[in-house]
This record gives sequence, C-alpha cells and structure tokens, in this order.
Amino acid sequence: MTEKPKFVYVTYIAAAPEKVWEALTKPDISERYWFGYRVAADGKPGDLMTATSPAGTLSHRDPIIESDPPRRLVYGWKPLLEDHPDERPSRVTFELRPFKGQTRLTVIHDEFDEGSKIFGMISKGWPAVLSSLKTFLETGRPLDPSWKDAIQSCAAEAGA
Amino acid sequence: MIEVGKFKPKTVYVVYIASTPENVWQALTASEFTRRYFWDRSVEIEPRQGGAFALRLPDGRINVQGEVVDWDPPRKLSVTWRVAWPEDFRKLPACVVSYEITRAGDAVRLTMTESHSWEVPEAILSGGRMGWPAILSSLKSLLETGKPLAIAMEPPTAMIEAIRRLK
Repeated sequence: MTEKPKFVYVTYIAAAPEKVWEALTKPDISERYWFGYRVAADGKPGDLMTATSPAGTLSHRDPIIESDPPRRLVYGWKPLLEDHPDERPSRVTFELRPFKGQTRLTVIHDEFDEGSKIFGMISKGWPAVLSSLKTFLETGRPLDPSWKDAIQSCAAEAGA
Repeated sequence: MIEVGKFKPKTVYVVYIASTPENVWQALTASEFTRRYFWDRSVEIEPRQGGAFALRLPDGRINVQGEVVDWDPPRKLSVTWRVAWPEDFRKLPACVVSYEITRAGDAVRLTMTESHSWEVPEAILSGGRMGWPAILSSLKSLLETGKPLAIAMEPPTAMIEAIRRLK
C-alpha cells in the first residue's frame, strides 16, 4: 500500500498560543510575515478562510472545518492562483500547545492525492512561512521576503 | 570510513534563520553554542573528514559519538551518529546526520537530514522527529534573539520500548 502524501512540521515559538493564533488568523498580521499574503481565518466552522496575494488576487477561498482558539484550527486548501495545478482540495491542521509561556505549533497538511504537485510546493513553502512566523513573533521583524525567490528556485530544482 | 550510499534519508527538517552561513556553522560546531540550544551538550569535533565527533553531557559522559563524513565549512557538515548513552540506545546502529547550509535571500536555509542504513521502525524514528524540531527551533531563536528556548523533553516511551526489543 502506498501511503498518501502527508506533510508534518513542528516549530517551537517563544510566544503565547493566543499570539500565534492571532498571527495565523488575522490578515493584518499575516501580511507582515507570510510574504505579503493577507490570510483571514478567524471565522467559525463553515465560514471561509480567505487569502489575498500581495498583488491583490484572491488565492484562497476555503472552508474553515474546525476552529477552537487558541488550540486547533483546520481548513481546506485549494490554491486559486493560476500557476497552481488544478487538484482537489487538501486539508491543513494547526495544533497549538502551550508550554512555559511558549508554544509548540504543529502543522499537518494532508488529504492529497498520490502524485500531487501541490504537495511538493507546500513542502517547500511551509518551512519558510513558519520560520518567518517564528522570527516575527520573537523579534518583531519578519524574515527577508526575498526568500520567496530562493524557495521558488529550490522548487524548480526539485522539479516540483 | 562508512559507505554513505547505504544510508537513506528518513527525517528531514528545514528551517530558515536570519543569520549568516558562518554563524550557523559556528552554532553547529562550537560547544559554547551547542550547550545553549542542545540540552547542555557540548560538541567536540575534529575539523576534518574522518575526524572524531562527540556530544558530551555536562557530567562528562558521552551521549553521542561518531566521525566526520563531510567537513565543508560553511556549507555541509555530516557525521556518523552512534548513541552511547542511555546504555540501551547502544543497540541502535549508527545513523548519519547531515546539515546543509545555503543562502536564501538575506537569510540562511538550514536542512538537517537523518539517514539510516536499516529498516528503522517508526517508533525509533519518532525520537528524532520529536527532538530535531525542538533543537533547531532553539538554535534559530538563539541566533536571532540571543536567547534559546526552554524545552524539556524525554525520548518517547514507544521509542524506548522499541529499542529494548532490538536484538
């Protein structure tokens, strides 16, 4: 049996879960560290998660599946941008656990079909986004957005 | 020298750090850094291919030992990794741990790869999969803010049991 692609990433952040939750759900904050993307995900289950690219293009319009602030957030994932292949929606789960005033953040991205091209793209993207989130919450500054170029060249090398 | 080709990547962790390749290299190879983000362990490393590598606990015991497979500052460091303590863990065959450092914009991409030469049970891999994110998150915080994280952690129970079952 071939296992379906599943991406798991864990990062530890010196910030309270409430702060991490805010950064994941409020567009005014996400825009600072998520390479200029405005990600709004502070609704209830059944509401929509939306993301807008720095150029103002709608890049996501996906259902929020679970929302239990500041512990667990689950939403669908179907990129609308033209340079992304047309695949069925996948699923993103964020789990936040407090410890000593810090947060362990686990991101699980699954429900991909075998051979998914988007899986290759998100596997490169999440470490950059979550590294930038951690830096932003710990230092007040995001990571240099020119990394996006580096990620894209890295994805091109991998044929993703 | 071991045959690196027999080792297959089983766990990969990528983290971007607002730092320079030289500073990340130093954090990996200098004990005054590793003590702060790697649960008090001091790295001891001979700066050449084939040189000795160890992680030493504060009480002087050796936790991990091995040898340097790649020494290419500030780009690539690989070492063989045999756990010497806790004692049960000596049953584990050596794995290879590699760090690759590349520039990404004004920052650095650090890729850690843990490779194994045998069919490792998932329960045993779970130790590294739990530990590396904590270690490398703390390394990132230390380089960016001057302060490591406070993360207490024990090997997962399932891992300890799986090691006890090894011949």
